[in-house]
Amino acid sequence: MSVLENRPNIYEGSRIPSPIPTAVIVDPEKHALEDILTINFGPNHPSTHGVLRLVVDLDGEMVAGISAVIGYLHTGFEKTMEQKTWWKCITYPERIDYVSFQVNELAFVLAIEKLLGIEVPRKATWMRMCLSELTRIHSHLVWLGTSALELGAISMFWYTFDDRDTTLDLFEMVCGTRMHTRYFQAGGLAEDIPEGFYAQAREWCKKMPKAIDEYEAILDRNAIWLKRTKGIGLLSTDDAIALGQSGPVLRASGVNWDLRKNMPYLAYDEVSFDVPVFPEGDVYARYRVHMEEMRESVRIVSQCLDRLEEMRGEPWIADDRKVVLPPREELHTSMESLIHHFKIVTEGYMVPEGEVYQCVESPRGEFGVYVVSDGGPKPWRVKFRAPSFVALQATATCMTDAAIADMIAIIGSLDGVMGEVDR
Amino acid sequence: MTTYEGVPGLVEMTGSHGETTLVVDAARIVEACMFIRDELGFNFLSDLTPTDYLGWGSRGVSGYIGTPAGRDMHGPGTQGLARVPDAKPKRFAVNYHALRLADDPVRVRLQAWLDDGEEIDSVVPVWPTADWFEREAWDMFGIVFRGHPNLVRILMEDDWEGHPLRKDYPIGGEPVRFSGEE
Repeated sequence: MSVLENRPNIYEGSRIPSPIPTAVIVDPEKHALEDILTINFGPNHPSTHGVLRLVVDLDGEMVAGISAVIGYLHTGFEKTMEQKTWWKCITYPERIDYVSFQVNELAFVLAIEKLLGIEVPRKATWMRMCLSELTRIHSHLVWLGTSALELGAISMFWYTFDDRDTTLDLFEMVCGTRMHTRYFQAGGLAEDIPEGFYAQAREWCKKMPKAIDEYEAILDRNAIWLKRTKGIGLLSTDDAIALGQSGPVLRASGVNWDLRKNMPYLAYDEVSFDVPVFPEGDVYARYRVHMEEMRESVRIVSQCLDRLEEMRGEPWIADDRKVVLPPREELHTSMESLIHHFKIVTEGYMVPEGEVYQCVESPRGEFGVYVVSDGGPKPWRVKFRAPSFVALQATATCMTDAAIADMIAIIGSLDGVMGEVDR
Repeated sequence: MTTYEGVPGLVEMTGSHGETTLVVDAARIVEACMFIRDELGFNFLSDLTPTDYLGWGSRGVSGYIGTPAGRDMHGPGTQGLARVPDAKPKRFAVNYHALRLADDPVRVRLQAWLDDGEEIDSVVPVWPTADWFEREAWDMFGIVFRGHPNLVRILMEDDWEGHPLRKDYPIGGEPVRFSGEE
């Protein structure tokens, strides 16, 4: 199936507001004459997934005007990273989108490697894929739990967070920490994969599809859930592309686009998986995409495990002493190694001059990193293309003819993580 | 293979790391964007971001021992650069990362150069998704996008002074609010 072959007819024409594509402004005359109520939704409202503030003009129950205000969680990550050496910077992207930590780290590490031109061992590539997919499932579980919670399905939250916990157990086993692992290094992985990981991960792979079936059993025949998601928050194919949407939002608008398939990185061209596409363009379609993606991710994880088990004993990080820390045991016997260790830790490694844009398919869509190096040990400029920053631009378009209660469902379905939006 | 010869205002085309960069005359940026969208099929704007090159190349070149100004042993990365990086034409580069979202996907980077105080036309009419990107660029770098429908700060507060991602913006110099000493 080609990318834009079947354009579903979600609605006629474009619904992107004009002149500002991201805000619906109420006519001032109407505002003065009619009973329009302006309310602040957020920034501390629990269903804004963080600190999103929406200024909403209400005409009764219906939303007449809306504009999103962001920046409450701005922490200056990009400025901070300009002051840190490349290898210290690796910890920052994880904290930008704290739900898809490993995928963000991957994008940044791939960007460094692109500039360095360093070869990565295949074991590291496959483990990166494995952990990226685990992160995707983790992120989707958090999304599912919180979004369903906001629409009243409270029990979902407990079920998904239970399974999220077992997913994080796998991270803990491999990396020592449950989130923000710093496990990917320029050149490969920080440490070898522990022996017990395979068995535990296989157990998890067996359990997970059943768990996803259970979630669907809770939601798919729930009349309230269906009423509140079907036909709500429509976004047509053309509008989604014009507004730069990516990931589940784009695929729920009928676009068969996934960077893992269309512009493969790592070894995604060597695993078999399907890209779920739904043509309805509503909240329900986005929910369907998330559910199917979790199933596909489980498939990828088990294929990665098959390959990784064959690679026991292989190196997990490149043997480049100018970039990669030497093995700990060598420091006691080799002066060279000690010097290399000292240089990398104090000064950091030098990254050749250049600029690259590296993107990966994060759970929320296209997560891109644009980095500029002047040849020194610190990045000259780092910019993150955050998918949820872009997703929130579609709020105004999705809110056409929506009631205030639909807003909760729509904001949830766009899956904004405010840490990533505000950076 | 995509050819970029007809792009309006094309100054230079470079390729590195498997990426194509088109340097475009800043005065004709909207024309160039319209062209690549309509003629070459770049229907998707991935990212729009400026870079400030103030002080580019002044970190010093050195041999093993240190910079001409001496070496600060307390700071990491003070060994200096192995070579002076290539000079840049102006202070700011505005980068447009466009993508052809189709069966034959291609990425391209459009780059327009600006000096401090120079303005550039907004590409919101070409790609509506540029709205927030341009607001962020204004907020962080102080670059004015002519014709933008709503060019106000997006991440910083409305009354913030200065543009934080400029290289001459101090670190740690922002006023501390609610410090208890007032």
